[in-house]
Amino acid sequence: MTDTLHEPFHTDPSTDLSTHVPLTKPQLPSIATTLAAAVSWGLAGLPALLLSWPIAGWVVVGWILFVLALPTWSGLIEGGRKAVDRLVTILVWSTFALAMLPLVAVIYTVVERGAGALSVEFFTASQQGVLGEGGGIYHAIMGTLIITVIASVISIPIGIMAAVYLVEYGKNNRLSRTLTFLVDVMTGIPSIVAGLFALALFTLLLGPLPRIAIGGSIALSVLMIPIVVRSTEEMLKLVPDELREGALALGVPKWRTITKVVLPTALGGIVTGATLAVARVAGETAPLLLIAGTLRGTNFNPFDGAMQTLPVLIFGEATRGGLAEYVPFQIERAWGAALVLIMIVMLLNLLARVVGSFFSPKTGR
Amino acid sequence: MAKSIDVSDLNIYYGDFLAVSGVNMTVKARQVTAFIGPSGCGKSTVLRTLNRMHEVIPGARVEGKVVVDGQSLYDPSVDPVAVRRQIGMVFQRPNPFPTMSIYDNVLAGNKLNARKMKKSEADDIVERSLKGANLWNEVKDRLSKPGMGLSGGQQQRLCIARAIAVRPQVLLMDEPCSALDPISTSAIEDLIHELKSEYTIVIVTHNMQQAARVSDDTGFFNLKATGEPGQLVEFNPTKKMFTNPDNEATEAYISGRFG
Repeated sequence: MTDTLHEPFHTDPSTDLSTHVPLTKPQLPSIATTLAAAVSWGLAGLPALLLSWPIAGWVVVGWILFVLALPTWSGLIEGGRKAVDRLVTILVWSTFALAMLPLVAVIYTVVERGAGALSVEFFTASQQGVLGEGGGIYHAIMGTLIITVIASVISIPIGIMAAVYLVEYGKNNRLSRTLTFLVDVMTGIPSIVAGLFALALFTLLLGPLPRIAIGGSIALSVLMIPIVVRSTEEMLKLVPDELREGALALGVPKWRTITKVVLPTALGGIVTGATLAVARVAGETAPLLLIAGTLRGTNFNPFDGAMQTLPVLIFGEATRGGLAEYVPFQIERAWGAALVLIMIVMLLNLLARVVGSFFSPKTGR
Repeated sequence: MAKSIDVSDLNIYYGDFLAVSGVNMTVKARQVTAFIGPSGCGKSTVLRTLNRMHEVIPGARVEGKVVVDGQSLYDPSVDPVAVRRQIGMVFQRPNPFPTMSIYDNVLAGNKLNARKMKKSEADDIVERSLKGANLWNEVKDRLSKPGMGLSGGQQQRLCIARAIAVRPQVLLMDEPCSALDPISTSAIEDLIHELKSEYTIVIVTHNMQQAARVSDDTGFFNLKATGEPGQLVEFNPTKKMFTNPDNEATEAYISGRFG
């Protein structure tokens, strides 16, 4: 083993210098990938047509041929390293396509089935007194907005301040380690448990089977707080200690250092994290079904009575059944509401990116 | 305005670990005092105790006395924030605040403390401080641009401007040139010479030529032995230190025969 390892170093330097080391190697033509793909799927197409396979079968068989063909061809001409490079490139692109598949499929299906439901009435009317055709989801959009906004108002300040404690004051002491552990546990709480918590809380306050929208906000806060704490904590940890020391050395008190230097420096990331947490809970169904209930009309008062929300509306419309002639309208309404919900979440994500880049520290000249 | 610092029997701990022991010295007013010595021997640690930045590190504590202008810095009734307003500090790596413009960075010491001032007064402070830090001519046309957009040497001078904008009595510099090129270094050394007339300056440096060039007094720090705490081996006027040191270890270190 050692002999082979050391062998090159024992060769005579004069012969070493005279040896011509070529820097060029045979290469596949630049269309090799396209060519191999065309041939692979073309070959797979023959039995697919003859045996009338489904399209998925043709794609899979063609892919297997492609994975075998291109690296083998490359190995014969270009050598082992290039062959491995081509193989791994194919695998990486394939897994990427695989990951995109469900996303694209979901968006395509929702847009295809939901777009037809969208109309002015759909956005401005509730379902009060509507069973079959007509009516809208105005009540559910308002409900989702009200409940989510209240949940954000409760959890974002608590989450940010908890993260400030953990990073700036806790400094890995026993309390902060315990808190971090509990926050991690809270991240994994199933949403139905958060709903049960809110249900139990308001049963104590209001008696059996309470229906109150603020309860939904509280259930969502239970889910949001750990997400906000974790994302803010990570962002605060990214702020270099030099900046804190720089401010402290100027005679700035600690709390001003945190509010004027540390938080602004991390603001972009904090806002992004908070917005993603909002997007995450906006689609929660189970806890809202338990405590906020369902309603066919519009309710603007979060402290009194049930309030409809988009996820609960989707669940209700898709599962209600009822008269056979009403069912197609209910299903269409569910898809339309799903499309609106996805659009709201996408808008929030876009907003998070814009806000994040707006607040991030600038390095321009 | 400038003050002298008397350090007596200073022991510095990180938790239970004694990092530096038994430091005695007098830093004279309106003079430049340099700390030299190998890495890890406690130069920066001692420097940080001079404006109570040491205790920012969890578990760090200090025994002994640091007296500035007759007041003991480690007296229980002393507010560390007030100390740091009097004794400014420049760090090894330039650390301008990334969210602030050049203008706001210079004013950070005032703005972060929510001191109200007129626009003309603020403009005066910015101009005076940037001129004091030899940066005014390079940045006067882009004061509203982010401080992070400057080069490393300019950022370090911006940090110096930020430190002198609050008119401290003492300026501590922790290897201010270690990340800079020779031209920026010489700009900062010139600056130290100018600042000497108004401020007491303490500078930590790994560069012995730099210590010889800029300082009036020099302190040589070393570990007693591997694993033992650091100590102040010798504290003398720079001229004497570099020509005829009292201690053999100092001579060995300065002449490069160390180790």
